[in-house]
Amino acid sequence: MPAISFQSVSKQYSTPRGVLQALDGVSFDIAQGEFFGLLGPNGAGKTTLISILAGLARATQGRVLVDGSDVQTDFAAARRKLGVVPQELVFDPFFNVRETLRIQSGYFGVRNNDAWIDELLEALGLADKASAGMRQLSGGMKRRVLVAQALVHKPPIIVLDEPTAGVDVELRQTLWQFIARLNREGHTVLLTTHYLEEAEALCSRIAMLKKGRLVALNRTSDLIRMAAGNVLRFKVDGELPPALAAQARITGRIVQLPAPDAAAIEQFLAEVRQAGLTVEDVEVRKADLEDVFLEVMATDQSAAGGHRWQSPV
Amino acid sequence: MTGWQTLFYKEVLRFWKVGFQTVGAPVLTAVLYLLVFGHALEDHVKVYDTVSYTAFLVPGLVMMSVLQNAFANSSSSLIQSKIMGSLVFVLLTPLSHWGWFAAYVGSSVVRGLAVGLGVFAVTALFFAKLSFVAPWWILVFALLGSALLGTLGVLAGLWAEKFDQMALFQNFLIMPMTFLSGVFYSIGSLPPFWQAVSHLNPFFYMIDGFRYGFFGVSDASPWLSLAIVGGAWLAVSALALHLLRIGYKIRG
Repeated sequence: MPAISFQSVSKQYSTPRGVLQALDGVSFDIAQGEFFGLLGPNGAGKTTLISILAGLARATQGRVLVDGSDVQTDFAAARRKLGVVPQELVFDPFFNVRETLRIQSGYFGVRNNDAWIDELLEALGLADKASAGMRQLSGGMKRRVLVAQALVHKPPIIVLDEPTAGVDVELRQTLWQFIARLNREGHTVLLTTHYLEEAEALCSRIAMLKKGRLVALNRTSDLIRMAAGNVLRFKVDGELPPALAAQARITGRIVQLPAPDAAAIEQFLAEVRQAGLTVEDVEVRKADLEDVFLEVMATDQSAAGGHRWQSPV
Repeated sequence: MTGWQTLFYKEVLRFWKVGFQTVGAPVLTAVLYLLVFGHALEDHVKVYDTVSYTAFLVPGLVMMSVLQNAFANSSSSLIQSKIMGSLVFVLLTPLSHWGWFAAYVGSSVVRGLAVGLGVFAVTALFFAKLSFVAPWWILVFALLGSALLGTLGVLAGLWAEKFDQMALFQNFLIMPMTFLSGVFYSIGSLPPFWQAVSHLNPFFYMIDGFRYGFFGVSDASPWLSLAIVGGAWLAVSALALHLLRIGYKIRG
């Protein structure tokens, strides 16, 4: 049985400007024990999908199963199995860290949970903040408490919605070490993030959403293999010719172009020289998840091309 | 503890941690009402032959405090946690709509009774001699009244999206209805039209029935008051349970 099963999930919102299709027939399964990444640009529907999974929103059509329990009709069983770290940095200002965790544990009917609470505080570097009021904590510390709250009832499935947005490097590493440990111990992890190198390093499988539709679903290594192969990267001192600019990813002076073979590389550099530009720091590197992501997002998914990125299983 | 008991405990802890504001302040307000109105009107207003005006005023003020604070508890907790976003911690739990209802209404009853007892202790000990003709009626109306207002607070807390909308509910509905329910006067002293209007106000029956427990006299029969207040509570409870079940304005 899959840990999470999304089955033709659609979500429409009525807005003053008409109906917004936030999700359009999204179907995929996440296996037990997987470290799964859900990627997509802002507004692609990632948070909506996670909200439906967590019971914070309802699907207009389709259904979601958590370990076989329907998140609507059998919500209590489904929610017991989920530990959700919300995207927004929210907290209850009336309580200190330990009270917050005891209360969250109690909501799930888990009593006398101090041993596990202490372990969580220790693992997340919060041990010396246990009696600090939530209001006094820095943003990073509040984020750690959110993670501890999600894990306090020992859920087998952990859902993290952009847990590292605006978080410093140290906390990101602490957090990922801890989550990776939980994954090794058998927890299923569903992660959404904007940091593609994080997703590439952590997730064994990845789904990509674009405008509410599933546009890629595959093992991370296969996705990267299916990408252009190599990328030509160089710095340039002026504006690229339009034909070239259209294919390139440009960050300030840095230009990156998908380059399947040596002939393509020669061709690109020749065009740049003809335009009278000076090229510096030329290198050719392997394509990474970010290149795949950009390529998938640039593809017109109304065409059948979308299937290229989805594994046949 | 099961889940709802934790939510109940959390809601009680929430107001208790700011007890000066949630319990102390309303007790002081009620005592000031008693001092000012009691002093100004004691010799001028006669409500019941056997009861002094100040003694008449005490149960009314106690009940008004119970009702207003029961409403304030559930409504302000819900609107605050909706706006701060911390309601998500409860939304993510397996708690059923019954659990939500029991916790939010139960904690409102506790806050209402805590304030009511405070007002009662100060006013009855220092200002007026009271009788307790039918103590069960006192308890029944205190519990039912605070539960009814706690439930209304749940409805208001679910419905309101901004503090401004909550203030609308509080200041333009709850406040006038408690004030115009016979806290400060017997409706027998009103002109016939306003007497009839008062009989349409459910708050009147809560205060009238509560006062019956002290003096054994009232404007309406305590049984009629019980039926109306109990019926009103069942009706708003059914609505609140339905809205909690469908996640009205809290689940997208």
